[in-house]
Amino acid sequence: MDTLYVLSQLVNGLKLGSVYAMVAIGYSIVYGILRLINFAHGDIMTVAVYTILSLVTIFGLPLWMSIGASVVMAVVVGLIAERTAYRPLRAAGEETTLVSSLAVSIFLQNLMMMIFSPQRKAFHLPENLTFLHNFNGIRLSTMNIITFIAVIVILVILTFVIKRTRVGMAMRACSDNMDASRLMGININHVVVIAFIIGSSLAALSGLMLAGEYKTIDPMMGFVPGLKAFCAAVLGGIGSLGGAVLGGFVLGVAEMLFAGLMPTEITPYRDAFVFVVLILVLMVRPNGILGSREGGRS
Amino acid sequence: MAELLKVNNLSMHFRGLKAVQDFSASLAEHGIYGLIGTNGAGKTTVINMLSGVLKPTAGTIEFAGRDITAMRPDRIARLGILRTYQNLRLFRRMTALENVIIGAQMHHSYSDVDAVLTLPCFRVEEDEMRRVAREMLALMGIERYADERANSLPYGAQRKLEIARILAARPRLLLLDEPAAGMNPQESAELVEIIRRIRETFGLTILLIEHDMKVVMGLTEYIYVMATGQIIAEGKPDEVRKDQKVITAYLGRKRRDA
Repeated sequence: MDTLYVLSQLVNGLKLGSVYAMVAIGYSIVYGILRLINFAHGDIMTVAVYTILSLVTIFGLPLWMSIGASVVMAVVVGLIAERTAYRPLRAAGEETTLVSSLAVSIFLQNLMMMIFSPQRKAFHLPENLTFLHNFNGIRLSTMNIITFIAVIVILVILTFVIKRTRVGMAMRACSDNMDASRLMGININHVVVIAFIIGSSLAALSGLMLAGEYKTIDPMMGFVPGLKAFCAAVLGGIGSLGGAVLGGFVLGVAEMLFAGLMPTEITPYRDAFVFVVLILVLMVRPNGILGSREGGRS
Repeated sequence: MAELLKVNNLSMHFRGLKAVQDFSASLAEHGIYGLIGTNGAGKTTVINMLSGVLKPTAGTIEFAGRDITAMRPDRIARLGILRTYQNLRLFRRMTALENVIIGAQMHHSYSDVDAVLTLPCFRVEEDEMRRVAREMLALMGIERYADERANSLPYGAQRKLEIARILAARPRLLLLDEPAAGMNPQESAELVEIIRRIRETFGLTILLIEHDMKVVMGLTEYIYVMATGQIIAEGKPDEVRKDQKVITAYLGRKRRDA
């Protein structure tokens, strides 16, 4: 097995990992506050991708404008879900909102199928984004490079926001003890809304990256990547943004190495392999790689 | 002195259980009040209603002339009623200083003029708030723990941190739910001094739930005594101490214990 091949699989893993990382950050922000495993997070990616596709192909809008609109759309859908499906059930507990998020997920998938048909559709980014740069045989598109940089930049910005700004401190306070936050004058609903705005915007961007990589889209496309991103967040240490990013990269690399290096008979099980990795890591470190002892739970 | 809090016939029923029945009280500004009673008498339920955690079944609460009966807890806190808990509710994974900064932020988030221009909630918390927070820690004598995580502090310091946190939020009325619980006699004597001092420094009104009779009798100016959800006596410490109903229901039993 030549090193160049292994190396290029490694790079492919980082490519995939940066998309997982992006989704995982959004997951983690919402989970950190509400303990809500938001199954619909991946489907919000799908909604965003279809928004871009329709605006570009039907209305002929330029790509950058469509991307902006897709972020707005994702935020609107995310906030509607929060208001109608999660907030009324918040007092009922984590299990209830989890089931409710599954309902939102199925609803969005079916809505996409009704509007756009279940058929796969081609999704092409302009050539200046898909152009492949050749680094000694390892090839990366402009989009891959942008994605990688974007993940790091977003991680740095959000870490700063959470550590040092008011809303960040309010988020940490809510995640730590919601009752006490309320009695210190923090409006929980504002904090939750801000978390959903950040989470949904990131979902929209990661949808774009995922679709750009797969080059086809379908109404179910977001669900499994959403699950994997959740795994990434858990793997890295839920509630920690750095952990979410690290988990995303670990899963992406593990998946691509598995797909590239294992015999072809077992490579179709790559999704299963991802979950096996999760289980193995959690057996050794129950709170994830970067998770603290008492974890994200209060 | 002006009346700060007026409670009229407050009742809280959980299904059939009448946890609190027709609780009425009037707190004047700058006073220190005690709320005592046996376990299960409904004291904490009263505090929960005053702070908005529980919505009363009947009755009204007026604070500084405003009806706050149906208000959300965060709005009540913003109006200036702040509380501590019998069992601590600190932000355990944040540092002591950050805990207090959360308190200091309460009145800064929405009022500033430049709020409209700079998305105030995303602003970096300023030195001013850090300064206030440090001051409060110093006032409670726990400055040295500023950068340690709240849950790593010694128990007595955690109790003081909870008070520092609400003081930073500039309260008008403090509701202290058994602040001396779990403290040794020396610590609780120290706490009495601290409470007295903060009342003077900030001109606060304080309502204190306490089991420790020394603390209550030494500190408060007016006492409400509860038993099985109702007020059975009220008055100055000396009057309450002599009240036959109180002796039977509460103090008598205590005395036998001691």
